[in-house]
Formats: sequence, structure tokens, C-alpha cells
Amino acid sequence: MTFFEGKNMYAGYGATMILNGCSISVDKGKITVIVGPNGAGKSTAMKALFGMLPLSRGSITFEGKDIVHLRPEQRVMLGMAYVPQTSNVFPSMTVLENLEMGGFIRVDDLSSTIADIFDLFPILKTKQGQAAGELSGGQRQQVAVARALMTQPKILMLDEPTAGVSPIVMDELFDRIIDIAKMGVAIVMVEQNAKQALQIADSGFVLVQGENKFTDTGSSLLGNSEVRKAFLGG
Amino acid sequence: MIDYINAITLLANYIIVPSLAYGSQLALGALGITMVYAVLRFSNFAHGEIMSFGTMISIFIIWLFQSIGISINPLPTALLALPFSITATIILLLILDKTVFRYYQQQRVQPVTFMIVSVGVMFFLAGFIRFLIGTSKKNFDDGERFIVKASQFKQMTGLAEGLSIRTTQAITVIVTILLVTFIFWFLNKTRTGKSMRAFSDNEDLALLSGINPERVIIITWILVGVLASVAGTLYGLDKGYKPFVYLQLVLPIFAAAIVGGVGNPIGAVAGGYIIAFSEAFITFAYKRFLTYLLPKEWAPEGLVQILSTEYKFAISFVLLVIVLLVRPTGLFRGKTL
Repeated sequence: MTFFEGKNMYAGYGATMILNGCSISVDKGKITVIVGPNGAGKSTAMKALFGMLPLSRGSITFEGKDIVHLRPEQRVMLGMAYVPQTSNVFPSMTVLENLEMGGFIRVDDLSSTIADIFDLFPILKTKQGQAAGELSGGQRQQVAVARALMTQPKILMLDEPTAGVSPIVMDELFDRIIDIAKMGVAIVMVEQNAKQALQIADSGFVLVQGENKFTDTGSSLLGNSEVRKAFLGG
Repeated sequence: MIDYINAITLLANYIIVPSLAYGSQLALGALGITMVYAVLRFSNFAHGEIMSFGTMISIFIIWLFQSIGISINPLPTALLALPFSITATIILLLILDKTVFRYYQQQRVQPVTFMIVSVGVMFFLAGFIRFLIGTSKKNFDDGERFIVKASQFKQMTGLAEGLSIRTTQAITVIVTILLVTFIFWFLNKTRTGKSMRAFSDNEDLALLSGINPERVIIITWILVGVLASVAGTLYGLDKGYKPFVYLQLVLPIFAAAIVGGVGNPIGAVAGGYIIAFSEAFITFAYKRFLTYLLPKEWAPEGLVQILSTEYKFAISFVLLVIVLLVRPTGLFRGKTL
């Protein structure tokens, strides 16, 4: 049984269908990467998986339970977390307050989780009193991921976490994401930097026009000459 | 030397003390407007009438207390009436929220539409208030009128200029300090206050974090109710209550909120004092002040007044235009309108 799976999803905005029967799945402690050309429906697939866009057909299961009717907040309660591509922090609030807000639904003490997160992202510890909006792009992405981790999720969904950051910062973010997966968290992410992302992926989904074009492990997709030619620039 | 002290006393008496009181009233009003803007994202033109409503309830309660002989002499009975008017104003706001504002919130209408809705609420409240209490001026500042009388001050110090501090002015400033401190503590230190700021910062992410928008909106209206009824009652206590004045009052209050940076609480408070002090400094007749400071032969013949007091309201707008041109987000970096 797959840990988290969106099966045969159809969804769109109004009459325009974006997803035409795509399926995405991830297992505990594994990294799933969704790649594909612009407009393939990668971000839409993420939104559909998280319940921010209703499905017209298809199913979403989490730990064997059907969650297709749950609202995003309810999915957060179940142990899902989502990091949007843009405006993913509270800009006028400090880093620490961002973390506190991330753990808003928890009634227990947050301090041990905050300490764990500061271990994972040491730079945030030194910047904890600074407003998140004043940080650099890479640091802000770290805050965004850290905020989502505050609920101690079982599955973390990242929409282009490395958009607009330098290659060095990108490598560092990927390292952190691997660390998070090692803690047993399932990770689903959409990536523009397909090559680098597939290198760390346990499984990759290549979407084209809202359908699965290729589905395989990250390394075999990288080795597949057709995928390389069409999507990875040779 | 004595001339300098006289000149400063003159300024203190005619500008500093009155502006501190007026600025406090504007600050409380602007804080209410800025909070509605930050959380509910619209310019609430009904705010002046909400203040008026709170004041009206205060007056009714004061009349009731006076008729049965309850007072807290030498303090004005208004302080005793405040808890009741705060409660009534909160109830009014929650009813307005449920019957009017909530619908447009759920429709996610444009801020402009929302603003027009608030103008409608403003006219409704204005009529409702006049219907209940009438249009004439009501004074309700009982208790001891002065803390320092001008004549006493002159006797005590032997200066030619007097300094008077009215009880209502002192109460206004003290209550404002207490209330503003409380609001800032609430917003920055409590979980609920932080969730309000988070909601204001990024509504979608607040939802993803499990913050309940319903609760945030209700708490915002409660705080706005406290701020509006206190600001209105203090203003009425200081200057007398006349429903019509509260319609005009909304203009300098908006100017204060925008000059400070709309959506930014610190900006709203600073903006209130900036507007109040600029109005006073620009409309003050400096003749006597200069007479003290300049050699006799240089003493001015005219009033040396930059603008006559009739143009008081124009000053807030000129300031508003300058700030919007030079620094559109306001002095303390609020949201762009």
C-alpha cells in the first residue's frame, strides 16, 4: 500500500482542465519529484493533492484513508504540510514568530520542535529575531520550510522550493530536504531545476499536459535518453 | 530669560497640551481604522459613526448614573460609563459584522466595494444616532474641571502667561497610554494577537497554518469596539458631543492612519500625534510668542498665523498628499493602498 497517493486526478479551473488523469504517489521517508515543461500542471497537481483545488474525478489516499473530501486545514491536522511557491512566510513577523504560527494548531509545548528546527537550519537560529521579509531569498525559503515542519508533518509538499535562489543555496536546500526525508517524512516537490532534483529523488513523475508521461526512479529517468532529450536539455 | 519661559509656557498652553489630548484621540481612532484595514482589508468610513455611537451610549449611561446619584467626583462619570459603552459598541459591531460585513467578506469583494458598503453603514448609523439622541450639542464633563488653572499657575510661578491643564486632557492622555500599551502587548505577545498579525500578513498561509479566520475577525471587531468607544467618549469629554462633528472627525483620523502607514499600528499612533501637532503649529498665531522672543522694535504687528483655524482640516489633507507623493506606504511603512 502506498503511503500517500493521488490516483487518476482530473481537475481544472472552470471549464479548462489542467489535470487529465495524472497520478502522484510517495512513500514514507522517500522523495518524489514532479517535473515537466511549463504549463504541464505541476503546481496544479500539488494544489489538488493538498485540497486547494477540488477534483472532478480521481482519488487521494493518505495512510490508506480516502481524504479527497477534506479541506486543506483538515489535511494539516492529519499530518500534511504544504509550502507554497510564493508568499510562503509572514513577512512582517520575526523568524521565531513564523515558527510559532506554523505550530499554531498544536496545543503542546513548541520549544523542542523549534530547537530541532534550529539544528536543521542553524542560520535561522541566528536570525530568529529578524522579520522574515528582510531575509535573503534562500533564508526565506528555509523559514518557509521550517514553518511547515512545525506541525511535525508526515508528508511535506514543496512547490518549487529553489525558485529564485543561487545554485549554492539550492544545493544546501536539497541537502536539508534529504535530511528531512531521512527523519521519515515523505516529500513531494515540484522542481524547475529538474536535473538536480531528480538526482536526489527516489521517484520522479514527468507530467505533460496534465498526464503522466514518464514515471520511474529518479536515476533511471536521468538515464532515459528520451527524457533527457525532451525535458532535461540533453 | 523670563521672556523665554513665558514664550514656552505660551506654546505649552496653546499647542502642546491641547495637541497631546487631540493627538491621543486621533491616535486611538486611527488605530481602530488601521486594524480593520490590516485584518479585513477595507477602509472603514463608518468608524467615525462607531465612535459617535460609543459616545452616545456613554452619555445615556452618564445621565442614568447622574439621575440616581452615582458619581466618582472629582473624576468625570464618563470613566464609569466606559465599560458599558464599550460593551454596547462591541455588540453593535458584531451585529454589523454578521448582518453586513460578513457577506461581502465571503464574496471576497473588491476593497472599493467594501469601502462603499462602509459608507452605507456610516449613513445608517448617523441617522440611527441622531434619531436616538438628537443633533444638539451635549456636554457631559462633570467632576473637577481643571488640574491646573491658568490663574493658579500665574500666581504660583509669577509668569505673565498661564498654563491650564484640564482634567479631561489628562485623562485622555493617561487612558490612551494604557490602552495603546495593552493593544501592543496583545498584538506582539499573545498567541491570539500574533495570529491576527499572521492573518493580516498572509491570509492564505494563515489558513494553511490552521488559524481560524472567523475568530480573528471577531477579535478584531472586539478590539475596534474598545478603541472606537474609548476614542469617541474621550473626544466628546474633551470637546463636547455633537453627532455632526464625528462625521468630520473621520477625515483627520484617516489622514493619521495613512500618514503613519495604513495597517501599521505604530504608524497609526504616530500619525495621530503628527496630524494634531501640525494642525496646532500651523494655525497658531505666533504674535505673542514672537513678542516675547524678539527685541521690542522687531515685534510683529500682524497675527503671524500661517493659516487661519478654519483651514484646520485642510492641513491634514495637505500632509496626506505630501506623504502619499513622497512615501506612499506612509512614514512607518504600512501596506500600499
